[in-house]
Order: sequence, then structure tokens, then C-alpha cells
Amino acid sequence: MSNILAVLFDGVVYSSWLFLMAAGLTLIYGVMKILNIAHGSLYALGGYTAATIAGAWLAAGHAAVGSFAMLVVAALLVGLVMGPLLERGLLKWMYGKNEVVLLLVTYAAFLILEDAIKLIWGVESKLLPEPYSLPGNFQIGTLAYPVYNLLLIAVAVIVGTALAWALYRTRQGKLLLAVIHDREVSAAMGINVNRVYLVTFTVGSMLAGLGGALTAPMIAVSPGIGVEVIVLSFAVVVVGGLGSLGGAALGALMVGIVRSLAVRYWPEAELFTIYLVMAMVLIARPKGLFSAPEARRI
Amino acid sequence: MRDRTVPALAIACAALLAAAPLAPQWLVFLLALALAKGMVVLGLVLLMRTGLVSFGQGLYFGLGAYAAALLAHRGGIADAALMIVAGAACAAAVAAVLGLLLARYREIFFAMLSLAFSMILYGALVKSSALGSTDGFNLHAKGFAGIALAAGTERRLFYAVSVVVVFAVAWLLHRYLASHWGRLSAAIRDNELRVEYLGASVYRVVYVNYVAAGALAGTGGAFAALAVGHVDPETAYWTTSGEFVFIAILGGTGNVLAPFLSAALFEGLRTVANQYAPNVWQMTLGLAMLAIIMFLPGGLWTLLRRRGAP
Repeated sequence: MSNILAVLFDGVVYSSWLFLMAAGLTLIYGVMKILNIAHGSLYALGGYTAATIAGAWLAAGHAAVGSFAMLVVAALLVGLVMGPLLERGLLKWMYGKNEVVLLLVTYAAFLILEDAIKLIWGVESKLLPEPYSLPGNFQIGTLAYPVYNLLLIAVAVIVGTALAWALYRTRQGKLLLAVIHDREVSAAMGINVNRVYLVTFTVGSMLAGLGGALTAPMIAVSPGIGVEVIVLSFAVVVVGGLGSLGGAALGALMVGIVRSLAVRYWPEAELFTIYLVMAMVLIARPKGLFSAPEARRI
Repeated sequence: MRDRTVPALAIACAALLAAAPLAPQWLVFLLALALAKGMVVLGLVLLMRTGLVSFGQGLYFGLGAYAAALLAHRGGIADAALMIVAGAACAAAVAAVLGLLLARYREIFFAMLSLAFSMILYGALVKSSALGSTDGFNLHAKGFAGIALAAGTERRLFYAVSVVVVFAVAWLLHRYLASHWGRLSAAIRDNELRVEYLGASVYRVVYVNYVAAGALAGTGGAFAALAVGHVDPETAYWTTSGEFVFIAILGGTGNVLAPFLSAALFEGLRTVANQYAPNVWQMTLGLAMLAIIMFLPGGLWTLLRRRGAP
């Protein structure tokens, strides 16, 4: 019994982490119709920035609790710097091109950022273990878990709720939904579509940065961490239905729990099962679980 | 304008064959790899002409490489000709099954689903310790079509064989693209609903093109495995598939020669970059890709065309 509980808990922790990545990705896709491969680099940037500034904070002898604030600052930094830079500097010039071409543009941005990260931070791993060990452990049955995992779940729930509230309950969110529904009519009605794009991309980048910043204490931040994450979050987003926030949450839960089951009962198949879930879902529902029907264009 | 593709193919083929006994070892290696990758990209170009971009050709590239390598390693049949056939057949068989499903998908969903299938293979290969996990394993071909090979010459022979096969395939594909079905492919890219209304089966054309692209990628994988003498799961990883897409975009889909020119350029650049600037190689790729998308949407091939075009 405690076994199953442990597997479920692991799954939910992993899902929370996946959701942080997937939420940004699906938001950007929903509004801008861009499947952003550079999301993986933004995640890596978040990790590196967090390791650097939280590391500096701790090295300066400030209170260790403040390192959590530094993780959030890292996420904000990545979002506010890289979001506008990528959107205004690159993507803005590509609007109107085919979705697949836009995918390639973000792939190019991903390649550039991967090397930029290596040039800035070097190829050595960066470690930031303090925030992970600081809150201590708690027990499930006989197993000890770091409290940090609970924190991750809490952050994912807060982010999900905040995004849903902002989208469905505020004026700005409703304007955003209008843009998703029909970009041209929205522009004709006086919505500043360019600003909506800029804000969306910045928020999405921030979420990627947050995902990276919160992961930094759990891993060795090293070159190439973004490469694996990006295909994984693609799988989550595609399972849920591109552009759907609820879909990203459900997709993250499905992939997370399937993965933790695989890790526990059939470890060889860990990677395998995740993409198998994705393939199965797409076979049953070609556009993901939460997708609206679309009219064919003649 | 007259089409000079066939004479160009014949000249390129003769020149590359002449290089087989003469060129230094490193050049033979580079060209062999470029031809193998060009083969994969040739299949990708066929798909792109149908309006589909596959982000998972690494699946068939990896399958071809592993099928060829396993035949020698486990099956004890170290004949290069049989290994190449095995690679192509294995990839074609898998493509024939997956194609039934994938031919229903378009655009980004096609790209993502093919990516998922390639990652399934990657995940399986990485975790299978019998196949060397992440390290892969080495392979040695001992003969070609029943003839035993002297040590030191086999790479050159494989290269010569790949030149002949590659250009035969390129010529066939060139004929295919000019045929009824080839032209139907372009029509599907433009508007598939209208193609349906005109009475042609979009599904069937997409399916056939998909299987052909898979078989080409498998053949390319087998040739690459023979050229390198080693296989590892990286062949099926999504960055490998991304590399193929990059080469296809670089060359453009205008002509069957374009993939080979851009694959040779790509491999040459990579060799130079590894030597002098290994840290900015990906950045260079990214910038080149952006430049192509912005200024030469038809790929480098349009530069060659532009002069003679009316």
C-alpha cells in the first residue's frame, strides 16, 4: 500500500514539474501558434541564472531562506529579459509564416542559445544544493521525502490557478481569449494584438525560467539539460491538446504518473512509456485530449 | 527552361566515383557520411514536397543503422550488401506499419507524432544493455556481395557503392517527382481537399511517400553505420532528426541534387568547426538557419537556379 502511495506521490511531484514547463509552452502555442523549441533553452537559462544568483546570495552570507526568493528572481529575470528579446528581436519578423517554419525558427533560436549558455557559463556543472536540503524531510510510511517536493507541487498548483484565474476572470485574460479565437477580428476590434503577443511570450518564458530555477537545486546544472526537457514537455502538451491549459495539467499528470509507475515496476521502459502514452493518445484523439473540432478549409 | 538535372547527376556521380581511389582517407569518410545523410534528406525532401515535415527521420536512420549492424554483430552475416538491404528493408517495414497511422496527420501533429515514435526507439535503445546502451557497439563488414575485402580498402569500396546507389536513387526520385504521382504530391501540399475533389486519394499518395522516405532514411542509416563503423542510440535522437531537417532547409526542396550539396556543405562545415571553433558550432547552425528562412526560403538551391531562370 505504502508502495503505491510512494509511486503516486513521485508521479505527482514529477507532474508538477512537467506542468510548469508545459503551461508556458501551451500558453505560447495557444495564443501565437508557435511551438517554441527555445522553451528548453529558457528552462536551462533559468537553471543557470538561479544557480548563479542564489549561489552568490549564499556566498555573501545572507540568510539561507532568501535563496528561495532568488530562485523566483531568476525566473523573473529570464522572462523579462529573454521574453521580449526573442519576441521583439526574432519572432515578430516571422509572423504569418507556416507553423512548421515557425517551429524551425525556434529550433534555430534553441541552437543559438545552447551555445550562448556554454559561452557564458562554461561547460562545468553548477551546483546549488542548499534550497533543496534546507526545508528538511518528511515521512510517507517508512520512506523519507524532501519537503522541497511539496513546495514544487504547491508552486505548480499556484501557477495553474493563477493562470486560469487570469485567463478566465480578468479583462486582460478575456482579451487574450479573444485573440486566441480570432486574431484578425480582435485586432479590428481594437485589441493591441502585438502587445498581447509580447506579454504572452514573456509570461511563457518566465514559466520556463521558473521551471529551470526550481529544478536547479535538484540537479547538477550542466550543458544540454534543455535538450531532454523540451521533447518531454512537447509530449505533455500534445497529449493534453495544444493550447489548452487544462489539457497541459491533465497531460502532465498522465505522463508523470505513468513515468513513476514505469520507474518503479519496469525501469528499462522509462523513456519508452512516456512517448508511448503520447503516441496512444494521438492515435485515439489525433489532436490531443482537450481539443476543439476545427473546420476544414477549402 | 531545359532541365539539366540528369546530366548534372551523371557528372557528379562520375566525379565522386573518380574520387574513390584517389581522395585522402578523411575526404572519403566525409563524403561517405554526407552521401548517407543526403540520402535521408532526399526522403525528407519528398515528404516536404508533399507538405509534411518529419521531425523523426532519426527513427528510420537509427533502425537502418542498427539493423545493418545487428546483422553483422549478432546474425554473423558480415556482408555489406546484405547489411544495406537489411537496413533498408527493416526501415521500410516499420514505415509501412507506422505510415498507415501517420498518413492521417498533417503539419505540426505529423511532426510531433513522428518525433514521438523516434523517441520511443531512442528510449528502447538507451535502456537495452544487450545493445550497448548509450555507447552502442562497433561493427565490421568483412565482404561485399560475397567478395572478401582486403583490410584498408573496405571504406573506399563502401563509399563507391554508396555513390552508385545514391545517384541511382536520386535519378529515380527525379523521375518520380516529374510523374503523375510526384505532381500529385505538390498538389497535396497546396490544397489537399481540392485533390480529393478531383478524385485522387491523398491518403495513398502520402502513405507511399512516407514509406519511401522511411526506406531512404534506413538505407542512409546503413551506409552511415558502414562508414563510421559504429552505431549508438544518438542516431535515433531528436537532435539527429533536427539535423536532417536543417540540411533539407539549407538545400531547399527544389531539386534532388540539393540535399547532397547541402549535406556535403554541412559535413564540411562541421569538420572545420570541430577543428577551430567547437563551441560555436550550434550557434553557427542556428544563425545560418535563420538567415536561410529569412532571405532564401527556397534554400541554397535557389541561388543556383536564379542565374539561369527567366
